[in-house]
Amino acid sequence: MTADPAIVDTHGLAKRYGRTDALIDLTLRVEAGEIFGFLGPNGAGKTTAVKLLLGLARPSGGGGTVLGTPLGDRATRRDIGYLPELFRYQPWLRAREVVELHAGLRAVDDGARATRGAIDAALVDVGLADRAADPVGGFSKGMQQRLGLAVALLGTPRLVVLDEPTSALDPVGRADVRSIVRRARDAGSTVFLNSHLLTEVERVCDRVAIVDHGRVLASGRIDDLLGEPTIRVRATDLPPEAVAQLGRFGSVAVNDAGWLLFSGVDAERIPDIVDAIVAAGGRVHAVDTGRATLEDLFMRLVGGGGLPA
Amino acid sequence: MRAIWIIARLTATEAARRRILWVLLVLTIVSVSLTTWGIERLVSLAREAGSSELEIQVGVSQVLILVAFMFSFVLAMTAAFLGAPAIASDLESGVAHAMLARPIRRADLVAGRWVGLVAIIVAYAAGSGLLEIAAVRFVSGYMPPEPILAVLFLSSQAVVLLTFAMLLSTRLPAIASGAVCVVLFGLGWMSGVFAGIGRFFDAGPLVDVAEASRWLLPSDGLWRGAIFSLEPPLVVLAAVGRS
Repeated sequence: MTADPAIVDTHGLAKRYGRTDALIDLTLRVEAGEIFGFLGPNGAGKTTAVKLLLGLARPSGGGGTVLGTPLGDRATRRDIGYLPELFRYQPWLRAREVVELHAGLRAVDDGARATRGAIDAALVDVGLADRAADPVGGFSKGMQQRLGLAVALLGTPRLVVLDEPTSALDPVGRADVRSIVRRARDAGSTVFLNSHLLTEVERVCDRVAIVDHGRVLASGRIDDLLGEPTIRVRATDLPPEAVAQLGRFGSVAVNDAGWLLFSGVDAERIPDIVDAIVAAGGRVHAVDTGRATLEDLFMRLVGGGGLPA
Repeated sequence: MRAIWIIARLTATEAARRRILWVLLVLTIVSVSLTTWGIERLVSLAREAGSSELEIQVGVSQVLILVAFMFSFVLAMTAAFLGAPAIASDLESGVAHAMLARPIRRADLVAGRWVGLVAIIVAYAAGSGLLEIAAVRFVSGYMPPEPILAVLFLSSQAVVLLTFAMLLSTRLPAIASGAVCVVLFGLGWMSGVFAGIGRFFDAGPLVDVAEASRWLLPSDGLWRGAIFSLEPPLVVLAAVGRS
């Protein structure tokens, strides 16, 4: 069986600046049509990885492909949209002129320039249609970030690399960006999202990789990484032997705060659990369903706790 | 080539939008007006004092060379201040990041900026220089032997400094690039002076070092080319006769 060609496929990618290892072993696979979250603490090597994927820096070791061509292939960048973390656009240009400039630079090889319609669509998509004729110098940071998104999404590139795309946006703007990212995916782009905002990533990404110290600590579908939901019950007056009997519903444990934690249990069985506790003489104060968040996982991994079994 | 053209056009647009072109235009009008007025006054005073036309022509030629020296300095500084931030500030501000992620070479970005700035510098040098020469001719009747060649030498001097400033700005911050460029310009000029003194005293090693410096930064040699093009044949013959 032959696997579908990956949009990004790297093996043991490494980058050394002088004596500093910015990236030691980046092995990643991003599939077509997914929103891929790339997470890590400051200094983990995320921006270095993005530079290597875009061909803006050469790897010191390892290798890989982007859109089926070896890393560093200049022509491939035609099919990549990029929003840098440090986004700045010529302040003396109008917003529309910035997008036109990138339409021109994108088409330097084959002359297939994005149409006026595509430029208009990119500006409409990020909510800048009515500011298209305004100089960028007068834009707020958030508006400049929206402009950067328009530049990155111009012409529906096969791969969109967004480096902290919501860092300058308010909650409304962040919600807009989530919609924009999903629309880009639905339009056929694969999105590589580099972000510190774990809640954003959890809401929008199909798969994630968590990196630290230049290595991938975990990668996969968010559901798989976070594991099954947990049911938490706050109960008192429950005899110890009754806790053991509750094991018939699934794995059960008691945490430091006295909550009973049930894992691997269908939420439909919550009434049965409550009945069993009451029947054993216990009193139920609260019931809560939930599971570990991406933030929990992130903190556990970069804090050195390792991946849960 | 298309990328270079796009970035060159962008550079020209930047110069227009950031009012650099307007500043250069106003500077040209002010400096040409003042120097022409001064030369006209000197010529009128010389005629009233009964100086011959030949004496006046030689005198005007020397004043024009002084004006050209001032202009050469202004051009050199303009080139250094335009060239030094051209790449460095794009990198420092992050403007270059999004552009370099497009299918262009880094060299395209540098070459495009260079072409755009060379066009601005050469247009400024040609416009100001030829306007100055035409105005001097109008008030004094003096026309240097090779006006276009003189402007070309002055423009080339500015282009050399612009190129140095831009190359430095790919590696150094903008302020450092500008400072190094101004120092190099001064060293180039001093090398020319030392080479002359060395030749007079027949000091071989001094001449060799000075000549080597002039090859590395040919701004002084180009300046001398400009003088030669502005000097009346009579003065050149007299100088040759003395040596």
